[in-house]
Amino acid sequence: MSTLIPEKPAPEKTGSPPGGPQGPATRSLLLRRLSVMSPLARRLTALAALAVVLVPFAAVLWGSGAWPGELGVDVSGPLDDLSQWIVDNRDTSPVFLYFLLHISNTSVDAVDGVYSVLDGLGWPGVTAAAVLLAWCAGGASRAGLKVAAVALGAFAGCGLLGMWDPAMLTLALMTVAVAVSVVVGFALGLAAGLSRPVDRALRPVLDTMQVLPAFAYLLPFVLVFGTGSPAALLATVIYAAPPMARLTALGLRDADPSVLEASASLGASSRQQLLKARLPLARKELLLGLNQTIMMALSMVVIASVIGAGGLGDEVYSALSTVDVGAALAAGIPIVLIAVWLDRTTEAAGERIGAPPAADGPRLLRGGPAWAVAAVGTAVAFAVGKVAGAAQWPAGWTVDISGSVNSFQEWTVDNLHAGVPVLGGTEVWASNFTVWILNPLRDVLQGAPWWSLLLLVAALALLVGNWRNALGATAALAATGVLGVWGNTLDTLSQVLAALALTLLLGVAVGILAARVGWVERVLRPVLDVLQTLPQFVYLIPVVALFGVGRAAAITAAVAYALPAVVRITTQGLKKTDPAALEAARSLGATGAQQLRQVQLPLARPALLLAVNQGVVLVLAVVIVGGLVGGGALGYDVVFGLSRGDLGVGLVAGAAIVCLGLVLDRVTQPTVRETDH
Amino acid sequence: MLHTHNRQRRVLRTSLTLIAGLGLTVAVTGCGAADTGKSGSAGSTDSLTLTVPSWVGAEANVAVAKYVLETELDYKVNTKQMGEVIAWDALSKGTIDAVLEDWGHPKQEAQYVDKQKTVVSGGDLGVTGHIGWFVPKYWADANPEVTTYKGLNKYAAQLKTSESGGKGQLLEGSPDYVTFDDAIIGNLDLDLKTVYAGSEAAQITQIQQNYKAKKPFLTYWWTPQWLNAQVDLVEVKLPEYKEGCDADPKKVACAYPNTPLQKWLNADFAKDGGKAAAFLKNFKWTADDQNEVAKMITQDKLSADEAAKKWVTANPDAVKGWLA
Repeated sequence: MSTLIPEKPAPEKTGSPPGGPQGPATRSLLLRRLSVMSPLARRLTALAALAVVLVPFAAVLWGSGAWPGELGVDVSGPLDDLSQWIVDNRDTSPVFLYFLLHISNTSVDAVDGVYSVLDGLGWPGVTAAAVLLAWCAGGASRAGLKVAAVALGAFAGCGLLGMWDPAMLTLALMTVAVAVSVVVGFALGLAAGLSRPVDRALRPVLDTMQVLPAFAYLLPFVLVFGTGSPAALLATVIYAAPPMARLTALGLRDADPSVLEASASLGASSRQQLLKARLPLARKELLLGLNQTIMMALSMVVIASVIGAGGLGDEVYSALSTVDVGAALAAGIPIVLIAVWLDRTTEAAGERIGAPPAADGPRLLRGGPAWAVAAVGTAVAFAVGKVAGAAQWPAGWTVDISGSVNSFQEWTVDNLHAGVPVLGGTEVWASNFTVWILNPLRDVLQGAPWWSLLLLVAALALLVGNWRNALGATAALAATGVLGVWGNTLDTLSQVLAALALTLLLGVAVGILAARVGWVERVLRPVLDVLQTLPQFVYLIPVVALFGVGRAAAITAAVAYALPAVVRITTQGLKKTDPAALEAARSLGATGAQQLRQVQLPLARPALLLAVNQGVVLVLAVVIVGGLVGGGALGYDVVFGLSRGDLGVGLVAGAAIVCLGLVLDRVTQPTVRETDH
Repeated sequence: MLHTHNRQRRVLRTSLTLIAGLGLTVAVTGCGAADTGKSGSAGSTDSLTLTVPSWVGAEANVAVAKYVLETELDYKVNTKQMGEVIAWDALSKGTIDAVLEDWGHPKQEAQYVDKQKTVVSGGDLGVTGHIGWFVPKYWADANPEVTTYKGLNKYAAQLKTSESGGKGQLLEGSPDYVTFDDAIIGNLDLDLKTVYAGSEAAQITQIQQNYKAKKPFLTYWWTPQWLNAQVDLVEVKLPEYKEGCDADPKKVACAYPNTPLQKWLNADFAKDGGKAAAFLKNFKWTADDQNEVAKMITQDKLSADEAAKKWVTANPDAVKGWLA
């Protein structure tokens, strides 16, 4: 590689300073010096040279303060026109009458249909169906019983908390949303898995679908489809379909080539090959995709209630208006329970797929009767329920937790928020953190000349990747300036950076601990499950009570949400390091710390990078929630846009959040050379 | 290699054809013009939908109206929770039939009432809303000067927080609510800075925390509000409100007006809604009535239905007036 460079110095040359004409002697000297530099140093030198040319020019033309107004484009006007047009024409334009309204009406019918089935089954029928389904998914065996017990616990919990009816409404909406997401995701994944160009084109689209905050696109959906289930359904599908698409594509692509070769040599047509070899081989990924899609969909439950979707989210939301943490928790727990039930059930089904194919025969025989038992069991429970007249969950069988939760919350806050000896209390920490870390960070970012930040981002992206990376990152940051939200973007960036640093520090530390001490991992699992699936709206009030309205509260919420994924990925990565390498290190007399630092952490590098990536995505996902507790900046703008019906403000802020995601992704993720086969 | 490539392409083509076919089927089955949703809910005789806004006072209106409609007039009332502007949109489409408490949305009124004529006025609710700047009574008692904006400015240093950048903090609430505070601060040249809590829940929690710790604070606040029964707040005097002083949002330098809260009905529902529409037009009560129900919901932890039942039983005459 390095021998080729002196013959092809083009990129470096373009970056050489203008002005003084250089003789051939100095030029060859420069080339020789460049050729002994590492590729990285060469790229950075080129960037520096480029900067020397462009920066004075830009600084003279547009100054060195915040993003220059001349370089902005006002998009709020056209966006407002668009929303006005929709409002004026949605009852008359054929686009709506012959297409969009059909979608809207069909989805209302579908959700209502599923709900009336659940309602008609009554609680005994629904519970029996869920339990028996879980049992079948777990293999209709001893292992299946455990899964079934989880299902029983989940539904009993919903009923006991007095949330049976809202839970069924949520379940109905989720059933339809997950079904549509799976179909859409599978179709996209199929196309991406079979064709490289489609895959490449689709990837940024999927990224955007996941990072663009739902609050930002709820408004256009409301304008087009009206409030209630249709808009909620579509917003959920946008958020929940990407994992299914990604995992379908991954499963198809990673199919064992020897099996494909074998089927090809046996004369299978391409369709036969897809249906008989590639898809069956990808079953595990498909199921994982389903699992992830369900989890994503459930995280939209509360957000959907903002536009009148009803169900559990509605209960959480209305508990917030009376600042009743207990009631919000009582509605939030069923969401966690439903998530755990569906997670364990799909996981159990996925584990069975991993079994050797030879065992398929007998299991199929066992599977048939098991499903029959499930169907009969459900029918019996339904009949018994009908005879006993128990369609509604019995009113006496509920537990009111809100009183005790509220007094516990109050007690905790009273004892932690101020006046703690030596430590000072959470309120003091929050204010110190804001004054000494957040404020300086924000002021430096906002005070820096706009071109210096672009340069910094380009340099950081070059350090980990290539020119394309740097160009993408710089363009994304510049886009926020062009959209006219430069200052707010940097404010949000300072919060995201602080949250990310805290999350990674805590997450990796806890992850290392969990990887080394077995019981820590066991204790942590349920805690992480709850933190990941409990709607963030539930802990909005305690967070404000402890840390006060402001950015510190927003960051706490972000850390609480992003931490579980980082802990999990770190633990997984460390545990997966090659045991032989560890053994070798141990036999060479390495101490525990040395093993960790010199063997485990380097080997777990891919996992750690993934942890950073997930940290970025998740922290950005709660920027909106931060806006609800005083985080201000982009998060507040998105909420403002939705609640004021201002498409210009909301969508622009949403787009800026996506840009931030791109910047952070490009400067943290090394370029992976694509290996075409 | 080339061979597999061709095969891949063929698979791709087949699957794309399949997807396209599927899409076409859907399109063909749905050929007719779709129902715009208006006829579904509005004007039907036995069920209607009301919106429940996010604050408790408005929840109290809906609770009592729902209770009377269901027990006296035999309607089935559905309630839907949603943001205010979104509710206006839903009202125009007929997804909901009535909004019982509106604090003033001139832009939406122009669009839906004057231009599209899909929404009509349902009259006064009887409650007058007022927005203003409020400080806790214990602070005002200790420093009587803070109840005027000029006096308050001298005490701004006591209102500093880590979020307010060296100035006194003026706590703002949800982006839903109308505020001119940035303009007022600028035009009156006050040493204050707005800090947006972002949600009513966060704002209330912060007020409760400060109140418990007996700290000085200044907040954007309004009456009627259920929290006013729990915390004792005093309004800060701003320059008097005069008609039109808030016409240009950038030049506001006066207090907020007293707003008679309005009811709005979907136009079709108002015309064909029968007894329900007539009842909702008549529905009118006082701030005290509303606060009483709101207090039952927030402090006594009654469900909205129970609170409504209790109030209706205690006030049969008022109910009779609405039904006449």
